[in-house]
Amino acid sequence: MAIFVDQQTKVIVQGLTGGQGRFHGLRNRDYGTQIVGGVTPGKAGQDVDGIPVFDTVADAVSATGATASFIAVPPKAAPAAILEAARSGINFVVCITEGVPAQDEARVFATLQRDYPMTRLLGPNCPGIISPGKCNIGITAGEIALLPSDTRPNVGIVSRSGTLTYQALYELKQQGIGVSTCVGIGGDPVPGTSFVDCLAQFQVDPETHAIMMIGEIGGSAEEEAADFISSHVTKPMSAYIAGVTAPEGKKMGHAGAIVSGGKGTARGKMEALRLAGVQIGLNPTEAGALMGEIVKSIR
Amino acid sequence: MDLYEYQGKQYFARYNIPVSAGGVATTVDEAVKAANDAQYPVVVKAQVQVGGRGKAGGIKLAHNADEVRLHATNILGMDIKGHIVKRVWVEHASDIAEEYYASFTLDRAAKQHLLMISAQGGVEIEEVAAHDPTAIVKLHINPIVGLSVESARRAAIEARIPAQALDGVADILVKLYECFTKGDCDLAEINPLILKPNGEVHALDAKVSLDGNAAFRHPEWDEFSATEELDPREKLAREKNLQYIGLDGTVGIIANGAGLAMSTLDVVNQVGGTAANFLDIGGGANAELMTAALEVINSDTKVRSILINIFGGITRGDEVAKGIVEAVARVQLRAPIVIRLDGTNAKEGRQILVDAGIPASQLSTRPTMLDAARAAVELAK
Repeated sequence: MAIFVDQQTKVIVQGLTGGQGRFHGLRNRDYGTQIVGGVTPGKAGQDVDGIPVFDTVADAVSATGATASFIAVPPKAAPAAILEAARSGINFVVCITEGVPAQDEARVFATLQRDYPMTRLLGPNCPGIISPGKCNIGITAGEIALLPSDTRPNVGIVSRSGTLTYQALYELKQQGIGVSTCVGIGGDPVPGTSFVDCLAQFQVDPETHAIMMIGEIGGSAEEEAADFISSHVTKPMSAYIAGVTAPEGKKMGHAGAIVSGGKGTARGKMEALRLAGVQIGLNPTEAGALMGEIVKSIR
Repeated sequence: MDLYEYQGKQYFARYNIPVSAGGVATTVDEAVKAANDAQYPVVVKAQVQVGGRGKAGGIKLAHNADEVRLHATNILGMDIKGHIVKRVWVEHASDIAEEYYASFTLDRAAKQHLLMISAQGGVEIEEVAAHDPTAIVKLHINPIVGLSVESARRAAIEARIPAQALDGVADILVKLYECFTKGDCDLAEINPLILKPNGEVHALDAKVSLDGNAAFRHPEWDEFSATEELDPREKLAREKNLQYIGLDGTVGIIANGAGLAMSTLDVVNQVGGTAANFLDIGGGANAELMTAALEVINSDTKVRSILINIFGGITRGDEVAKGIVEAVARVQLRAPIVIRLDGTNAKEGRQILVDAGIPASQLSTRPTMLDAARAAVELAK
């Protein structure tokens, strides 16, 4: 098992003929992901290294039976691409596009909620999702992730930050800990999928025995996660929150990573998670080491 | 991007939100001219992006040209909490019967727009929230439904806005919401929103923060970015397309990825050091980017050591190492570098750094983030 995506997942790439889409789409296929088609308006009939290209998502879905889409298009085009995927019956959309205006994200989220409740959006501005050995959608370098084990405990990872997601995968690999699924939810103000969505899935996934969470300053997603953990998550967790030293009022790279009006501080988030029973590392390595201890205790 | 008050008012005016007649001035003469155009009495207001202008003496009433001259002379060049006043906004003084508060933001937890309105304006809304939370009415707005005049009016009634101001307030709320959404604001705030003795409702201040991601559809924003106050290091970094934020410490930081860069700041702090900056060079980490990053760090005279923290993902560690070696050859560095290189092909990368034959006093590697931070902090002492 894994969450959201596995070896059965058939994926199309919206923007396959563009630089990013081609690069990551082909890498994902090399990893073993079923990349069954691409979508670029006006380029139907072409192919990218053998992957057929269609004009519309609807055409791609009816020809391939795809249920997931990987969106790698510029920010201007991303909102329409997400809604086109949802309209065409895609139920899992991964959008890596960075720089989508917050107003567009809010409208897209509200539209999905109202008109396409069966479609889950991951991102925008996220590194993607990997269920090691089964499916990799997005920009994660697959070789960093250790395959889940049949005999030993496996960890699910959920993270708001790209490189720290890799760091988390790496820390676990160093200790020989397998990963069921690693979800990068992205650092934008209105992410389609939240910590809570992922925690709920990990909690019921039989292959996931413990959960590692990487948060960062800004917003209140970590505090909401802490509330959810208190009442719904029984699996052991470790976490790291980036940005303890971030000054107030300065955006730290991600559109969502900003401390304002004394809200969204790393300390507040760590405290909330600690009260919910999560073990907190002061850096990613420490969070990884704590997870190592947790996994040993499960054994 | 945060706008100055005068820019915020100009932005409001685009959406037909009533603001006072006035003009911006960078010199005393310009201020007098703006005052004559706006008609006396006028208010001379320092344009700085920090609260507490009034208390600092940055807002003054003037009844004639001599008074404008006096106040503008005092205010221009004034230091308000570290911000030097370069411009004043001179506007016709308004008679005030009552002061309210109104703002729109995105509530990230609810994933909806949030209207906040209060009949207690003119003070920091945080203070109102602390003393009397019931005085602030919050209304969530579904972004695909929007705000109707009726809902705006209901919110105003709930906030105990008096009857004679209701029509004016509701009208402004709808226009402010349009400014917030179509104008791609992160924040659109009026404090105070005033009721004049003649019954008119009017925006006496403007606090607007724009979403930089939406700049592609707002060519009118160009003039705003021209006045943006950046520290010289941030300006240089922006020209080179680097995500950089200047800080006050002594350890220069370069990392790939925003999260990792933040994390590097934390670890440096954890081992007793202080970061000179936040710098995310993104996923690529090639020689050009690394050179640009080192140049920006090098321009900061406070930097005593440089910590490069790279996690190789798709960009492999060996490629990153080549980039670093090339960059170090191009830039005459004033501070030693400590590198932590991990992830894909990190071992090969570290070997490349060793083979480059750069003296250890200039460049050294450490296997973990914590070790590297300790070494960099030690060098910065």
